[in-house]
Amino acid sequence: MAKIGIKVRVNGIERAAEVEPRLLLVHFLRENLRLTGTHIGCDTSHCGACTVVLDGRAIKSCTIFAVQADGREILTVEGLEQDGKLHALQEGFFQEHGLQCGYCTPGMLMTGYAFLKSNSNPTEDEIRHAISGNLCRCTGYVNIVKAYQHAAAKLRDGGER
Amino acid sequence: MTTPRTPAEIGGMGHSVKRKEDPRFLRGQGTYVDDIVAPDMLYLDIVRSPYAHATIKNIDTSKALAIPGVLAVITGKDLAAYNLHWMPTLMSDTQMVLPVEKVMYQAQEVAAVLATERYIAADGADAVEVDYDPLPVVVDPKKALLADAPVLRTDKPDKKDNHIWHWEWGDRAATDQAFREAEVTVKEDIYIPRIHVSSIETCGCVAHFDKVKGKLTVWMTTQAPHAIRTVFALVAGHVGLAEHKIQIISPDIGGGFGGKVPVYPGYVIAVAASVLTGKPVKWIEDRMENIQADSFARDYHITAELAGKKDGQLTALRIKTIADHGYTDAAANPSKFPAGLFHICTGSYDLKAAHVEVDGVYTNKPPGGIAYRCSFRVTEAVHAIERMADLMAHEIGMDAAEFRMKNFIKPEQFPYKSALGWEYDSGDYAAALNKAMEKIGYAELKKEQAEKRKRGELMGIGISSFTEIVGAGPSKHFDILGLKMFDSAEIRIHPTGKAIARFGTKSQGQGHETTYAQIIAEELGIPVDDIAIEEGDTDTAPYGLGTYASRSTPTAGAAGAVAARKIKDKAKKIAAYLLEAHEDDLEWEPGKFFVKGSPDRAKTIQEISLAAYTNHPQGMEAGLEAVSYYDPPNLTYPFGSYICVVDIDKGTGEVKVRRFVAVDDCGNIINPMIVEGQIHGGLTMGLGPSLYEEIQYDESGNILQGSFMNYLLPTAVETPNWETDKTCTPSPHHPLGAKGVGESATVGAPAAIVNAVVDALWHLGVRHIDIPITPPKVWKLLRDSGVTE
Repeated sequence: MAKIGIKVRVNGIERAAEVEPRLLLVHFLRENLRLTGTHIGCDTSHCGACTVVLDGRAIKSCTIFAVQADGREILTVEGLEQDGKLHALQEGFFQEHGLQCGYCTPGMLMTGYAFLKSNSNPTEDEIRHAISGNLCRCTGYVNIVKAYQHAAAKLRDGGER
Repeated sequence: MTTPRTPAEIGGMGHSVKRKEDPRFLRGQGTYVDDIVAPDMLYLDIVRSPYAHATIKNIDTSKALAIPGVLAVITGKDLAAYNLHWMPTLMSDTQMVLPVEKVMYQAQEVAAVLATERYIAADGADAVEVDYDPLPVVVDPKKALLADAPVLRTDKPDKKDNHIWHWEWGDRAATDQAFREAEVTVKEDIYIPRIHVSSIETCGCVAHFDKVKGKLTVWMTTQAPHAIRTVFALVAGHVGLAEHKIQIISPDIGGGFGGKVPVYPGYVIAVAASVLTGKPVKWIEDRMENIQADSFARDYHITAELAGKKDGQLTALRIKTIADHGYTDAAANPSKFPAGLFHICTGSYDLKAAHVEVDGVYTNKPPGGIAYRCSFRVTEAVHAIERMADLMAHEIGMDAAEFRMKNFIKPEQFPYKSALGWEYDSGDYAAALNKAMEKIGYAELKKEQAEKRKRGELMGIGISSFTEIVGAGPSKHFDILGLKMFDSAEIRIHPTGKAIARFGTKSQGQGHETTYAQIIAEELGIPVDDIAIEEGDTDTAPYGLGTYASRSTPTAGAAGAVAARKIKDKAKKIAAYLLEAHEDDLEWEPGKFFVKGSPDRAKTIQEISLAAYTNHPQGMEAGLEAVSYYDPPNLTYPFGSYICVVDIDKGTGEVKVRRFVAVDDCGNIINPMIVEGQIHGGLTMGLGPSLYEEIQYDESGNILQGSFMNYLLPTAVETPNWETDKTCTPSPHHPLGAKGVGESATVGAPAAIVNAVVDALWHLGVRHIDIPITPPKVWKLLRDSGVTE
C-alpha cells in the first residue's frame, strides 16, 4: 500500500514518518514511535485506554488515522513528567491509589489533562462524566475521582501545568 | 490487628504503603505483552467461524497466501500432523486448538495467518475462504438434555448425549426429611447469566522458539505461569518441548479476574508457529475476539428451595442446577470439584441439612465455567443463598436483618462444620451486619421507605451477608491436573541487608510487589523499600499455582511469612554468636535482636545479614535465604455484610443505586489502602452483572453482546460512591491471620442489589428478578402490576 509522509510533534519532538493511510494513530505511536504507554483495550472507542491529547483535546487514538495527525501536536503519557517531576495528575493517582493494573491509567491521565485545563474546579459529578469514556475494571472509579480532585487542588494552588 | 507493629519507616502489615509498581505505570513504562517486540517478529491473526455449529467442507488459503507478507496459513490439518489439533482442558476434557471436521461455536478459531506485519496478518485472515455446511445448533442447556437433541461431541465415539457429569453433595435423606417437616418453604428459579470478565487488556502472547538453544520462551497474559509451563510440556512433549526448555514469562498484566487462567487456542497456535519458523510470533486478541471466544463465567440455571419454621429459624437447603459449559468443560476448577466450591451455598447460616446437585451440559457456545473475580462458583452459591434467605424473610414477614441475625452461625460456633462439610475458620457475622446497619442508618431508611411507599414511590433496601471460601487449598483435596494447590516464596537477603523475594503467584493489579514486601518487612524488620519482589518468570520464581480465587495472600503470602521466619531463626543464631549470648536470652523487636534486659546489646537485621556472608559461626552454612512451599491446613472464610439502597424510576424502570455500604472482614490486613481499592473494584464488578452485563445467544448461536457496543461495563457515571468499612476476625490458621479479599465484593454485591430491587417491588407481587436487572425488565413488571408514570 502506498505510503504518505507525515510530520507530527509528539511530546515536544518533531517526528516524521512514511505511513500507510490506514495506519491508526495508536499503532503509529506504539509501534512506529515505540511509545507503548498508550494502550489498546477495545475496537469500538468505548474503553479510552488509547486516549492522547491532540492539539489540546483528549481523543481516542484508535479512532483516527495517523495521517489525520499530520502537522498537529500530540501529548502522550510519556510526555506528562517534566524535568523529573510528575504531573499533578500522576501525583494524584499515586497518592490516592487511583490505579491497580495500570492498563487504563495512561488514558485516564490524558483525559484528565485536557479536562482539568477546561475545568479547574470540577465537582465529583463533572469528573465522573468526564471519565465516562474511560473504562476501568479494577478501581471502581472512587479513587480515580479522588486523584482528579487531588490534582485539581494542586494545580489551582500551585499554578502548575 | 488494628495498630501496625512496625514503624512507618519499615512499613510492615497495617501500613497503607504507597505502591511500588505505580512509578512505572504512571509514566506509561509498564511492560504489557503487546509492548514486547523481538527482532524479526511475525504476527498471527485468526480466522473465526461465523457459525455456531457447522462442518468445515473446505478451507481455501490461496488468496491469503497471494498477499505479499503473508507467510503461512495454519489449519487444523496442519496441526493434526503433529497431533496438536486438540488439547486437554484443566478439567480433563478436550478442546480444539484448530478444527479439522467441524466448528462448535461462533467465533471459534478456524485457521491462523502468519505474516510479517500486524495489518498484513489481518488482511490475510480476511482473505481465507472457508466453506461451511451448517449443523443444528443447541444453545439452551435444558433443550440440550432432551432425548431428541443433536449430540454435539461427535468426536467422542461413546458419547450419546450432551450431559457432561452429575455431581452431588450433602445428605439427601436428611434434607428431604427436613423439608417434609418444614413449617415454611420457599422455592425459586434463579438464573445467573453468562458473563465475561473483560479485563481492559485482552489476551495475547509473544512466543519465541530459539532453534539453536532448543528453548521456547513465551511472554503471555497468564495468571498461572508455572502451571502453564507444565501443561505445555505435557501437551507438546511429543514434539520435543521439554519442561526445562520452556520459559513462561507473565509480564505486567492488565487485569485478569480469572479470564487469564485458561490456555486459549491462540497461545498454542503462536507457539506452534514459532517452533515451525524459528521466529518470534506475536498474537494479540482484539476486544471482539476476547469477548466472543475467551472463556465465560457463571451460566448457572439454579432451582433453590429453603425450609424453615414460622419463627424464622432455617432448617434446610436443597439446590439443583444445570451448568452450561459450552462445547467443552474448560472450567478452571480444582480437579475433584467439577462445580467448584458451589457447596459453600449454606452461606452464613446454621442449617441442619443441605443437598446440592449440579449437572454439567454441552451447548454450542464457547467454553464456560471460569471465574469472574470469584473463587470457583462462590458467587453462584452466595447469590442463591442470599436471594433465598431474603425471599424467606419477606415471605414470613420478618425484617431481613433480624432474620439474618437469627440464623447466623454464632461466633462461639467456630470453627464451624457446615452441613455440606466445610470447616469455617472464623467469623463474627452479626458484628459485620450491625456495623453496616449503623453506618447506613438502617432504621431511618426503613421509616423513609414506609413513607415513600405511601406516596407510591419505589425505594428498596437490600442486604447480603455473604461468606466466601478462598485460598485453595489444602493439598489433600485441592489440585489442578494433579498439581497440588500449594504456593511458594523464596527470599534472599543480600550482605547489605537488602532483599529480593520471588513468588509462585502473579499479580494482575493486586499490588503484590508492595504487599509481599510488607509481609517480609513485618517478619524481618527490613524496610519495605529495601525489598524487591518478582513474580511471573518460571526460570527464576519458585513453582506455584498462580493468582486466582483470592489465593495469593492465603497461600503465597503465607509462604512468604514462613520463609521469612526460617530466615529469622537463622538470623537469631547469628545474632547470638555476634553478641556472645545464648539464643534463649535474645528478644526481637522489628529490625533487631537484643539481649534481654540489655537493649544496648543488639544486632540489627542489616548487621546480621552482613555477618551471614562475612562472619558467620563456624559450622553454619553461609548466606541468608529460605524457600517455603506452603500447603494451607484449611481454606479461609472471609465474610461481610452489604446494604444497598435503590430508587426505581416508575416511568423507565431504571434502578438507581443511591447508597451502598460494604463492611468486609478479611482478617488481618496487610495494606489497608490496597484492600479498600480491591473492595471498590470488586463492588463495581458486582454492580456490572447486577444491572448491565450479560452474554446472550439467539437460536442460531449468534452472540448478541459481542463487543463493548452492547456488553455494557459500568462507567464512572453509573457507579456509586462506594462506602466501605471493616471488622477484623483473624484467620486462626493463617500465619498472618489474613484471609484474602480480592473477590469478596464481586461475590457479595449482586445479591444486595437484587434484594434491594425486589424489596422495592415486593408489595406489587414481585418475588424474584434475574440479573442483570435492566430497565425493560423492571418496566414490564411495573406495567404488569398496573404501575405507570
